[in-house]
Amino acid sequence: MSGLLERIRADGVLVADGAMGTLLIARGLPAGAPPESVNLERPEVLEEIAGLYLDAGADIVQTNTFGGSPLKLAAYGLADRAEDVNRAAVTAARRAVAAARAHAGGRRAAWVAGSCGPTGRLLEPYGDTRPDEMSESFTRQLRALVEAGVDAISVETMTDLTEAVLAVRAAKLVAPRIPVFAAMTFDATPRGFFTIMGVDVARAAAGLAAAGADVVGSNCGNGIETMVAIARAFATLGARPLIVQANAGLPRLEGDAAIYPETPEFMASHAAALIAAGARVIGGCCGTTPEHIRALRHAVDRGATDAARA
Amino acid sequence: MGLLERIAETLQAGEDEQVGDLTRQAIAAGLAPKEILDRGLIAGMNAVGEKFRCHEIFLPDVLLAAKAMIAGMNELKPLLVREGIPLIGRVVLGTVRGDLHDIGKNLVAVMLRGAGFEVIDLGNDVAPDRFVAAAEESGARVIGMSALLTTTMPAMQEVTRLLQERGLASRVRTIIGGAPVSADFARQIGADAYAYDGANAVERVKALMAAE
Repeated sequence: MSGLLERIRADGVLVADGAMGTLLIARGLPAGAPPESVNLERPEVLEEIAGLYLDAGADIVQTNTFGGSPLKLAAYGLADRAEDVNRAAVTAARRAVAAARAHAGGRRAAWVAGSCGPTGRLLEPYGDTRPDEMSESFTRQLRALVEAGVDAISVETMTDLTEAVLAVRAAKLVAPRIPVFAAMTFDATPRGFFTIMGVDVARAAAGLAAAGADVVGSNCGNGIETMVAIARAFATLGARPLIVQANAGLPRLEGDAAIYPETPEFMASHAAALIAAGARVIGGCCGTTPEHIRALRHAVDRGATDAARA
Repeated sequence: MGLLERIAETLQAGEDEQVGDLTRQAIAAGLAPKEILDRGLIAGMNAVGEKFRCHEIFLPDVLLAAKAMIAGMNELKPLLVREGIPLIGRVVLGTVRGDLHDIGKNLVAVMLRGAGFEVIDLGNDVAPDRFVAAAEESGARVIGMSALLTTTMPAMQEVTRLLQERGLASRVRTIIGGAPVSADFARQIGADAYAYDGANAVERVKALMAAE
C-alpha cells in the first residue's frame, strides 16, 4: 500500500508500534537466543504481536528483523538464512495488517516497515569490517525485505553515522521509491547529544538526509523527556519530518527482570511536545507495550481534534 | 616534551605506528621498561578513559587508543618478561552467556594486560561453568564478567552461585562491568566488585587481590 510518505508530508502524524523483544521473551524466546530465530520457528507469534499493536492503534508495524543483516546473523550461524529470516518476518506482519484491514471492513490503512539495525560490527580503522562488506550485508537484508513487500524501511538504533549512511544508501539503491526512516541513538552529555560513536544531532541530520533518508530522528537509549529535547535539537536545524521512538525510561533490575519505569500515560503526555517539534512518526522502543501505543494513539487523535477546532 | 610524555600523547591520538616507534626509541634510550609502561602507555590510556568518561572523546577514539596501546605493549612485552617483572596476577575474562558484545571487555583486557596481569580471555557468549572451570584450571583468583544487555546480566549471578556451590567463592573473586550493571547489582548478585571502565577495573582487581 502506498501513501505513507504522502500522509507524513501532508502533516499527518503516524503512530508506530512498540517493543518486540520483551513480548517475544514473554512468549518463550530463550535468554540469549536471537529474536530473529522466531521468524523461522514460530512466525505465528510475530503475527500475534503485530496484531496486538494494530489493535492498540498503530499505523505502522515494524518487522522482527532488527538483527536481520547477514553480518549480524553470522554471530548465530544464521547468515545463510538471511533471506528466509527477513521474508518470514514481512509475511507475518503483512498477514496481521491484512487481518486488521479486513476487521475494519477495508477502511483502515496500515503499513509494514522493515526494521534494519546495526550489524554489530565496527568499521575500519577502529574495527575490522570494510565498508563494502557492510554495504553488501545491508543490501542482502534490504532486498529480501523489499521483495517480500515492506512499505518502508526503518534504519534504527544506529550510533555510527557511516554505518547508518551505508544502510540508507543500500535501501535507496534496492528500492528508490520506498520511504526510508533513519534513526540514531543519542546520549545526553554536558556538551549536548552525541551517539557513543561521537555523532551529534547536526551531523546525523545532515548525513542521513544527504544519504537520502525521507524521515530522520532518534530511537532507543532515552525516555520520552530526553527524546523531546532530542526532537527539538533536530527541529532547530530545520530537520523534518522526524521519527521518534522512546524507551519507557531507563531499565532498573528487579529480581531477574528489567523493569522500565515510564507508564503509558506519562509517555503519551509528551506526545504533543514531540509533534510540535516536528515528529510525524511516533512509536515506542525498549520497554514499551501495546498499552503505551494505545495511549500514544489517543494523544495523537486528541491533538488532531484540537488542531481541527483551533 | 620527554619521550614518555610523547608516548602518552600519541597513544591518546590513536597513532599506533608512532606509539610503536616511540616505544622502541625509549627502549633504545635505555629507559626502564616499567617506566615506559607506567608513565607512557598506561598514563596515556588513563587519560583516554577519563576523557571518555567526561564525553570529551567517543568510542572510536578509545578503540584507536587501545590499538596503539597494544602496539606499544608488543615492543615492551619481551623486555618485561626478560626482566622478570613479576606477573601481578591472573584474571579470567569474558562476556556472559547470550551476549555477543565484546568491545568493553576487550578494552578491560588491554588495560589489565598493560597493568601486568595475565588475562585469560574466554571471548563472548561464555557459559557460567566455563568461567568457573577456567579459573580452576588456571588458578586465576579473579573472574571478570561483562554484559551489555538487560536480558543477559542475570547470567552473572549464575557464576557467583556456582562459585558458592563449589566452595570456591573465598578463593576466586568476581568483578562485573557493562552498561546495564551497577555497584548495587554487584551487591545484589553477590559479586565482589563492580568497575565502570577499564582503568577502574584495574584498580578494583588490584584491590581484590590485595584484600586476601
